[in-house]
Amino acid sequence: MTDWKVGTVTDTRTETPTGRSITISVDGWPGNLAGQHLDLRLTAPDGYQAVRSYSIASVGDGSTVELAVDRFPTGEVSPYLVDDVLPGDQLEVKGPLGRWFVWTPEDTRPIQLVAGGSGIVPLIAMARAHAMSGSTTAFRLLYSVRTPEDRFFADELASLESETFHVDYVYTRSTPADWPTPPRRVTRDVIEALTISAADAPGVFVCGPTGFVEAVARALVELGHDPQSVKTERFGG
Amino acid sequence: MAVFSRGFGGRARESAPDLPPGQFLTEDFPVLSAGPTPEIYTAEWSFSIRTETGAQHTWDWEQFRALPSELVSTDIHCVTRWSKLGTSWRGVSLDTLFEEVESSYDYVMAHSYGGYTTNLPLEDLLDGKAWIAYEFDGEDLDPEHGGPARLLVPHLYFWKSAKWVRGLVMMKDDEPGFWEQNGYHTYGDPWQEQRYW
Repeated sequence: MTDWKVGTVTDTRTETPTGRSITISVDGWPGNLAGQHLDLRLTAPDGYQAVRSYSIASVGDGSTVELAVDRFPTGEVSPYLVDDVLPGDQLEVKGPLGRWFVWTPEDTRPIQLVAGGSGIVPLIAMARAHAMSGSTTAFRLLYSVRTPEDRFFADELASLESETFHVDYVYTRSTPADWPTPPRRVTRDVIEALTISAADAPGVFVCGPTGFVEAVARALVELGHDPQSVKTERFGG
Repeated sequence: MAVFSRGFGGRARESAPDLPPGQFLTEDFPVLSAGPTPEIYTAEWSFSIRTETGAQHTWDWEQFRALPSELVSTDIHCVTRWSKLGTSWRGVSLDTLFEEVESSYDYVMAHSYGGYTTNLPLEDLLDGKAWIAYEFDGEDLDPEHGGPARLLVPHLYFWKSAKWVRGLVMMKDDEPGFWEQNGYHTYGDPWQEQRYW
C-alpha cells in the first residue's frame, strides 16, 4: 500500500473556459507510466478531507505530475482545483495507480486514442510518451469536444503532429470557421472515417464520459475491432 | 499527518455513518469497466459453478430465473471512491446456487463474458452475503451495469461484483483476478480501505 505524499502546486494554466492544468511537485514521486492515475486528497482547516481520483497528463521519471481538471459545477473538489488553487498551495497525492490503461513503448502495435472532453488527460500522456520515446509506431488521436475553446492541450497537440502522430477533431456544438463539417457526434461512420482500421489490428484506448465511452466502444466492436484490444476508462455518472 | 490545503472548505460535508473512509456519496450510478460492454442474449446465457472434481452445475436463463429470488437493499462502494446508498436489486442468493455444490476448496474465481475475472473467498459468497443480480431498481439490469446478470457482493469494493458473470470456478488457493493483477487489493474491504496493493 503506497502512502500519501505531500505535493506543492508549482504552476497552473487555463486550458478551457471550464478547465485548467495543474503542475504539482511531489516529494518522493516515483514517476509514472502513460495512462496511470492518482488519488488526490484535500484537507480543510477543520480536518475534513475529500479524496478524488485523477488521470495524470504527464509521464516519465520526474518528481512533478501534471493534472488537467474540468470543473464539475456541483462537485466539491474540481471547482477548488479549477478556480482556487494557487502555486505554493499544498495537497496530498497517492500513486501512481492502475496498470491496465497504460501504454509503454514496448507496445509496437499501431495505437488509436479516442478522447471525449477531459478524457484527453491520460491519452496526452500516451502521446507524450510516444514522442519522448522516439517510437515509430503509428499513433492517431480522435478528440471530441463541444467547441474549439474546449480543447485541452490544443497547442501541444498541434506541435506533436508528425509522420507518426495525427490528431482528428470532432466538434459536437460549434466548429472553427471554415470547418468542413457541421457539428456532429462521434458516430460509427465518423469513427470508421477517422480512425485506424480494425484490419490494422491497433490497440485502442478510449477515455471520456460514460455515455461517450459506451457508444465509441460499441461502434469499435461493430467495426471489427477485437474487444480485447479496446481498453476503456470512464468518468462521471 | 495531513497537510492543509489553503482555501479548501469542503462543500458537501458528505460524511455519513454509512460511508466507508475515503468515499463520497453519489446519486448517479457511475460505470467502471475495462473494455467494451459485451452483448449477451439471455437465450444464449448460462451460469455455472465448477468444482475440483470437474463437476459442473449449470443453469440456463430459464432455469436460473425459476430459482427463488430475493430483493436486496444495500449500499455499494466503488474503489474509484463513489458510494451509493440504499440501492435496490433483485437476484438469486449464492446460498441457493451452492446448495448442491460440494467442494473442499476455499476460494472462487468469478469469470465473466468478455473475459473479466475476480477472486473471492468462498465464505464471502455464502450466508446471505452475495447474489447473482438481474434487476436494479425494479428494471432489468442495463448491459453497461452488468446485465443480463452480475455478481453482487456489496460488502466488498464493487469491482468484486463481476458484471456479465458467467460462472464460478472453485480454487484451492487465492489467485488474483483481473484488477487484482492490475493494482487492486486481493480482498477489497471498503471499511479497511483495501484499495490497492
